[in-house]
Amino acid sequence: MRVGLQRYPRLLEVVYEGSYWLLRPFRRWMVPGGAIERVFVALEKVLKGAIFDCRMCGDCVLHSTGMTCPMTCPKNMRNGPCGGVSVNGHCEIIPEMQCVWMQAWERSKKMRVYGDDFLGILPPPIRHLQDGSAWINDFSGIAGQVPSGWVE
Amino acid sequence: MITTSRLERVLNSGRFAVTGELNSPDSADPESVYERALVLAEVCDGINATDASGAHVHMSSVGVCSLLTQAGYEPVMQMSCRDRNRIAIQGDLLGAAAMGVRNVLCLTGDGVKTGDHPEAKPVFDLDSITLLKTARSMCRQSRFMSGRELEAAPRFFLGAAANPFVPPFDFRPHRLAKKVEAGAEFIQTQFCFDVPRLQQFMRVVRDLGITEKVYILAGVGPLRSARAAEWIRKNVPGVYIPDVVIARLKGVRTEKQVDEGKRLCVETIQQVREIPGISGIHVMAYRQEELVAEIVHEAGLLPRGRHVRGGIEQTSQAAVR
Repeated sequence: MRVGLQRYPRLLEVVYEGSYWLLRPFRRWMVPGGAIERVFVALEKVLKGAIFDCRMCGDCVLHSTGMTCPMTCPKNMRNGPCGGVSVNGHCEIIPEMQCVWMQAWERSKKMRVYGDDFLGILPPPIRHLQDGSAWINDFSGIAGQVPSGWVE
Repeated sequence: MITTSRLERVLNSGRFAVTGELNSPDSADPESVYERALVLAEVCDGINATDASGAHVHMSSVGVCSLLTQAGYEPVMQMSCRDRNRIAIQGDLLGAAAMGVRNVLCLTGDGVKTGDHPEAKPVFDLDSITLLKTARSMCRQSRFMSGRELEAAPRFFLGAAANPFVPPFDFRPHRLAKKVEAGAEFIQTQFCFDVPRLQQFMRVVRDLGITEKVYILAGVGPLRSARAAEWIRKNVPGVYIPDVVIARLKGVRTEKQVDEGKRLCVETIQQVREIPGISGIHVMAYRQEELVAEIVHEAGLLPRGRHVRGGIEQTSQAAVR
């Protein structure tokens, strides 16, 4: 039941940006572990699931990866396509599927606000955030952190 | 930082480097490693120890590397993210450094489905780029990923792979740039059977200024026969073999195809050597290690240590860097 909205990465980027500013004033209520999180989890499962085939990693980076969920890559790559992409642009592990990162790259080129984020280095997902709300993890500062050992 | 990597010193000195791939044995006998190493060491500045390549079980790269360092060889330890999480990876890096390993090639790794244990659980906790970042912070900041301090930091010459021969072609140079930013100091490419594609890739890489920051070794290897080439093209992810190559092999009698494959490899080496920014070659001869010496010899790269990049013999370019 995937919705074909991913053809419009520019629109999705604007929706993301809008949602961020809309939710921001309420950020002090957005904490993990309560009823509000349960609501967010349910909403994210339905909406992001339908649009992005979201895997609920809880550490969302969609806007940095061409509005394409990197967790749908069988290798869970976060920094671009592996070297196993076949000549026709399909995945080495699921040969009938187009490479997730090929699509991500094409989409990112159309994005004006976050398109350049594609060239940055993303840290690996924080695995214990799986099945939580990405929005709540984002606003409460748990997600998207650079590992402290990496800081120069 | 002072390095004790022989491979790094060869590259720093401006010499055209040669590395070779050792196919890890399905054996518990150290002799099976040493037999393979002996033929490679004559012609290589570094010996790659593969990490369950193609997702097939073989002796571990840490094991092979510890045997190699004990015997005075220069291994390049391949470390993939397929079979270990960040805890195991960092532990293995420390163990390898303590055993004398100085070169690490950071890879994401093939999927388990192509291997001999397709039922296995793939890990992929990190990817090649986050692995590079982690290894570099262990070396430079003397810290684990968690931030915990190390008693003694490892010293690695860090490498990564690049595959210019598969799509998305316009992103491949940027992906290389990311790897260099994450800490890669040398690159070994996937098999090159398409020299024009490599030339095109290198042109963009040079324009991005990446060749100033990293040594790039072009991957090459002999094809045993037209049939083998067709099999590889169909079954080995990421290896692109153009039709002209297969047609050329088919053009000779079956028993002559080994020689033709070798000749093709030698010609490729001579062509890639002329590409500005290519600092060496990485020879991968699957289960034909004995051919590596012949190839390096016929490509005119012996005796080792005399050949400077760009095909011209001259005094060291190291000072330029």
